[in-house]
Amino acid sequence: MKETLSVRILGGEEGSYVDKKVDRAYAHDGTGVQALEAFRNFRMKSEGVKNPEKISIIYDHIAPANNSTTANLQRHLRSFAKEEHLSFYDVGSGICHQIMSEGICLPNEIVVGADSHSCTLGALGAFATGVGATDMAGIWATGQTWFRVPKSIGIHLDGKLCGHAEAKDVALTYVKNLGMDGGTYKALEFIGEGAKAMPMEGRLTLCNMAIETGAKTGLFYADQTTKKYLQNHGVEEKMISLQKPENCDYEKEIYLDLERVEPLLAVDNRVDTAVPVSRYAETPVDQILVGTCTNGRYEDLQRFANIVRGKQVAVRTLIVPASKDVYRKAASSGIITDLIDAGCVICPPGCGPCLGVHMGVLGEGELGLSTANRNFKNRMGVGAEYYLCSPSTAAASALTGEITSPDSLLGGD
Amino acid sequence: MIISGHAVVIGEDVDTDMIIAGRYLRTIDKSIWVDHVFEDYDPCLAKKMNGAVLVAGKNFGCGSSREQAVVALKEAGVRAVIAQSFARIFFRNSINYGLYIIEADFFCEEGMTITYNSETAEITTENISCKATPLSMRMQEILLAGGLAKYLSTKVQDDDEDCSS
Repeated sequence: MKETLSVRILGGEEGSYVDKKVDRAYAHDGTGVQALEAFRNFRMKSEGVKNPEKISIIYDHIAPANNSTTANLQRHLRSFAKEEHLSFYDVGSGICHQIMSEGICLPNEIVVGADSHSCTLGALGAFATGVGATDMAGIWATGQTWFRVPKSIGIHLDGKLCGHAEAKDVALTYVKNLGMDGGTYKALEFIGEGAKAMPMEGRLTLCNMAIETGAKTGLFYADQTTKKYLQNHGVEEKMISLQKPENCDYEKEIYLDLERVEPLLAVDNRVDTAVPVSRYAETPVDQILVGTCTNGRYEDLQRFANIVRGKQVAVRTLIVPASKDVYRKAASSGIITDLIDAGCVICPPGCGPCLGVHMGVLGEGELGLSTANRNFKNRMGVGAEYYLCSPSTAAASALTGEITSPDSLLGGD
Repeated sequence: MIISGHAVVIGEDVDTDMIIAGRYLRTIDKSIWVDHVFEDYDPCLAKKMNGAVLVAGKNFGCGSSREQAVVALKEAGVRAVIAQSFARIFFRNSINYGLYIIEADFFCEEGMTITYNSETAEITTENISCKATPLSMRMQEILLAGGLAKYLSTKVQDDDEDCSS
């Protein structure tokens, strides 16, 4: 049996501890503020940030600031980033993971983000994982960190998606299959013909939700799709090394037939509760959110726009592009105009209301549909309820004002 | 080290939003979190935290990477958390911040006095005794140093002395 991708990248036996230099580390306005506080507690001989060229600060969680407290915290971190010559992305640049996926992170790299959804970047064949603020401060101080090399779960994707089922529905399916702790301390490797055929935006969505099973990361092998995607984002060919999937020694293997995946909802304040959208059909909805690090990419906005174009949404609908690049592309291709004409509200690139602190938080007793990755109780509004879905389900439901499967509205194929 | 406290029993899959909600994160004033810890899980819990040993089911601390979840527990006076299993980032954050975190199949009644011996990894109450999964050497070193900041500071100093000798 061959070594898993995690073992290959981290260079240690499963279960062993390895100290590794980090190729890329990033924090956002939330964790960055805490990391800065922790960093000031480190009594290192060299006071500054080690390898500042590898460190990024990206403002996405409350961007722009919503009040004076947030603004002042952001002001301090902004000054620090400039003094230390870190690569700094101010408000409007977009979500940290998305920016890092747009030609910065590369296959085989070790990437650490101070945000749990940093596992998103495993889609590029990097070993990417999330940490907390003190760990990030440690990386700022030393340029490295420790990892326990994870065992891996192989997730075989077979067949092709049908109708209006999307990568998000696949993600909700595997999270349900593994449960909220089924991947704890493990890496998920997405393999098989269905993985090879998965476009990059779908791969990013699938890896994004690995943490919802407790996994350390989700991984796709870097292939021609990865190469083409990175080249489109300005990466030189010689910088992109491809990875060949092998018959690895997985701790566990699960098989998903993509043809059987249908549009799904995660309900009841748990991510592992996927049920067919049709089961909740005709339930009135108060707000639709399309965006976040799970589904705020251009292709997501395009799928949404293709369904609502020329019509009017029946419920308040927020669109949050995941990055400035996504926003620009959607503007130049005319999608943004289509969405405005259909009655949607376009918010600046960033996390939007996903973490429940600004710009679109729900009221008590309201029900929202969101393309995000978490539906924890009260997260997007105290006393509110919201379900997770794909952009196409969000679009079909936006048009009717009630939960609607895109397959029922538009036909299965 | 011997850690002792009264048991506060909570359920499984308790996520970091439940420990401290996102709406309270934008501050560096740690005292604010003390009043709001577990607010969305059970608003009565905050009052029980001082001197407590939390006893939880599986997957405690799942969800966000927010270190404030650990900080809030420590600031509120939690002495240790025992759970069947922990979410990975929460586990690491706890070690980094010096919060004792104990993995064990352990159940007890609310209010019982719990004692944990970190050297033997043994948990005892009035009528039960249970062996916890011992922490790895790496984790123990960080925890004994009082967290990652102190551990790394000492380690780098040692390395520098090694180089100069």
